[in-house]
Amino acid sequence: MSGPEETQKAGPEETQGSQAPQGPVPPVAEPEPDPDENLPARLGEERLAEPVVRTGMFGVQDTPDTSGYGLLRVHRAPVLASPRPYGSYFDDIADELGRVLESAGIGFSDAIERVVADRGELTFYVRRERLPEVAAKFRDDPALRFELCTGVSGVHYPEDTGRELHAVYHLLSITHNRRVRLEVTTPDADRHIPSLVGVYPANNWHERETWDLFGIIFDGHPGLTRIQMPDDWKGHPQRKDYPLGGIPVEYRGAKIPAPDERRNYS
Amino acid sequence: MTQAQPPHAAAGAADAEAAEGRVYTVSGEDWDEVVSAAIQSEDFEAGERIVINMGPQHPSTHGVLRLVLTLEGETVVEVRPAIGYLHTGIEKNMEYRTWTQGVTFCTRADYLMPIFNEAAYCFAVERLLGIEDKIPERAQIIRVLMMELNRITSHLGGIAPMGLELGATTIYTQGARLRERGLDLLELITGLRMNHAFVRPGGVAQDLPPGALEAIGAFLDTAPRLVQDLRTLIDANPIFIGRNKGIAYLDLAGCMALGVTGPILRSTGLPWDLRKSQPYCGYETYDFDVPVVDTCDAYGRYLIRMDEITQSMRIIRQCVDRLAERGSPGPDQDPVMIRDAKIGWPARLSLGPDGLGPSPEHIKHIMGQSMEALIHHFKLVTEGFRVPAGQAYAAIESPRGELGAHVVSDGGTRPYRVHLRDPSFNHLQIVAAVCEGGQVADLIPAIASIDPVMGGVDR
Repeated sequence: MSGPEETQKAGPEETQGSQAPQGPVPPVAEPEPDPDENLPARLGEERLAEPVVRTGMFGVQDTPDTSGYGLLRVHRAPVLASPRPYGSYFDDIADELGRVLESAGIGFSDAIERVVADRGELTFYVRRERLPEVAAKFRDDPALRFELCTGVSGVHYPEDTGRELHAVYHLLSITHNRRVRLEVTTPDADRHIPSLVGVYPANNWHERETWDLFGIIFDGHPGLTRIQMPDDWKGHPQRKDYPLGGIPVEYRGAKIPAPDERRNYS
Repeated sequence: MTQAQPPHAAAGAADAEAAEGRVYTVSGEDWDEVVSAAIQSEDFEAGERIVINMGPQHPSTHGVLRLVLTLEGETVVEVRPAIGYLHTGIEKNMEYRTWTQGVTFCTRADYLMPIFNEAAYCFAVERLLGIEDKIPERAQIIRVLMMELNRITSHLGGIAPMGLELGATTIYTQGARLRERGLDLLELITGLRMNHAFVRPGGVAQDLPPGALEAIGAFLDTAPRLVQDLRTLIDANPIFIGRNKGIAYLDLAGCMALGVTGPILRSTGLPWDLRKSQPYCGYETYDFDVPVVDTCDAYGRYLIRMDEITQSMRIIRQCVDRLAERGSPGPDQDPVMIRDAKIGWPARLSLGPDGLGPSPEHIKHIMGQSMEALIHHFKLVTEGFRVPAGQAYAAIESPRGELGAHVVSDGGTRPYRVHLRDPSFNHLQIVAAVCEGGQVADLIPAIASIDPVMGGVDR
C-alpha cells in the first residue's frame, strides 16, 4: 500500500535536486537537537495532581496482597483542553463561532470554557448561563447551521467537585454534514441548566429523561416531569450514588451476588 | 351512595368521581354501551370532552405505549404519550458489566433491531479504543450483512402489525411469513432470533456457519417474490390508501424542529441517510439507493420502508458475493475479530454437547499447552480490557432513524456511562404534532407509521 505514496513523495525532491548546481553539496548546518525531542507529548506527571480514582488491582481489598499490585494508585485522567489547530473542519467551526459570538458582543472565552478535539470529535464546554445563546448561534448562523439536536445525555462525576453533573448535547448539521458536541457542567448543590427546548424543541423529552435519571433541573422547560420512572419515584437512578440493587441468584447450588455486590476488577 | 351503580363504573369509582367526574372502565367490545351510558347520564352536555387512556395494554399501540387522549366526539383534541412501562435500566446495568458484556444488554434495547444497537455501541467503543481502522475486513462485511438482514426483519416487523392494527390479517400473516425467513437466517448465524450479542467490540462473535451463504442465497432468490406479493396486496389497496394517505402529515420544517430522522424524514423528500452521508463500516463501497418520497404522510413512509427492503437485499447480495470471493480460509488468514490479543475476545466458537462454546482447539491450547495463554484468556474474559478515558458518540442509520451511542470511559474495564439515543424515543414526540385535530381512528396508522418500539423508547 505505501509503495506508490513513497515514490510520489520522492518525486518532487528529485526534481529539486536536479536543479541544484552539480558538484559537492555544501554541508548544511545541523539544527540544534531538541532535548525534549524523544519525550512523549504528555509526561503523565500532571496526572499526579488529579484525585485517586482506583487503588489496587483485581478487586482485592481485604486479603493479603501477593500480586504486588496492592499499592497501585490510579489517578483520574487529567482534564483535556486541546490547542489549535484542532484539525478537520473543527477549526472552521471554532472560528465561525468566535465570529458570531463577537458580533453578538460575547467574548469567546466568556461563553466557551475550553475546547476538546479528541478521537475525531469536537467538544465545546459551554458555560451554563450562555448555553441557550450559544445553541441558538449554532442553529441559526448559516456557516454553522446545526439543524438537529440529537438529545441530551447526562453524566455524573461524583469526584469532580463543583462540576459533578454534565449535560452532553450532540448537534448535527445536515447542511454541512458535520457534528459537534456541547458539554455543560453544573455543581450538584445547584443543579440547574437552562433548557434548550426553546432552541431545539426535540430536546423536550430528552431533558425530561435527564431530569428523571440524573436530577438536573432544566430551567425554562415547559413541563419537567418524570418520563421513565413512575411519577412518585424517589431518587434519580442513573446517578453514581444510586445503587443498582438486585438480589443474589442461585445457580446450580452456588449463590451469585447482585451485580453491584460482585467482586470487580477495576 | 344513593343512586344505582352504572353498568361500567370502575371499582372505587365513587371516590374518583368526586374528584374527576364520572369514571368508566372500558374492557373491550363494550364501546357502544359506554357511550350510551355516558349520553344518558344527567351531567352530559353536547360537545363535552372525554379523556381516554389508550394503553398501556392496547393491541394497536405497538407495545406498552399509553396515550392519554382528550376527545371531542371522534376528534382528538389533545394526545399525550406516556412512556416508561418498559424501562429496564439497561444503561445503568451496563455500568456494572465489562465492555464486552455491555453488548448483551444494549442488544435488548430496541428488540426489533438488536444488531443495530450492538453495532452503534461497538462503533463507539472502537472509536474510544482507537481501533476503528483495525477491524478485519471480513468482520465488517458480516456486520453489514447482519445489519441489512436486520433492517428487513425490522421493517417487516413494523409493516405487518400495521396491517393487523388496521384490521387486515392477511398483511400480518404475509409480512410475518417473510419476516420469519429473515429471522431464520439470523438464528442460523447467531443462534438466536433476537438478543444476539453478535457484534462485539473488535469484530463479531464468530464467523458465518457452514451453509450460511447458501441459505442467504436461497432467501435472496425467494424473498423478492414475497415482497412483491405483499406490495401487490397493499400498495394500491383502496382501504389501505384511504387509511394512510395524508395521515400523520409532518413536513421538513417539522422534522427539523423535532429532530426527526429515518423514514419519516425521507418521506419529506430529503435523502438523508447516514450510510451515504457519513459512511461507517465500509458502506461507501456498496452500491445502493436511498428511497425518498415527498408525500410527508404515513403512506409515503410505508413505501419507503418497502423500497428499503429491496435496497437491503441488494446490499446483502453484494456482501454474499464478497464473502464467497474470500472463501473460508480460516480464522488465521481471514479473522472476524481484531488481531490485537489484548482486546480480541476468543472468537472461535464451536458447537459442543452442552451448547456453543470455545472451540476444542482453543481449550486444548489454554488447558494443556500454554499457562500464559490460560492466564491471558482468564484475564480477558473475567476482567476485560481497559478503554482509554474519554467519550465518543457513534451514530448509525437504523431502520427507524439515527441511532446514537454516547459512551463515556474513565479508563476502566467497565463503561462509565452509556446512553443510547434511540430514534423511537425521539419520534414519539411527534405524535401530538401529527394527531391533534384529526380523527381518533387516524391515530392508529399515525403511530404505526412512526414505528416506535417500546424496548428502545424506555430502555
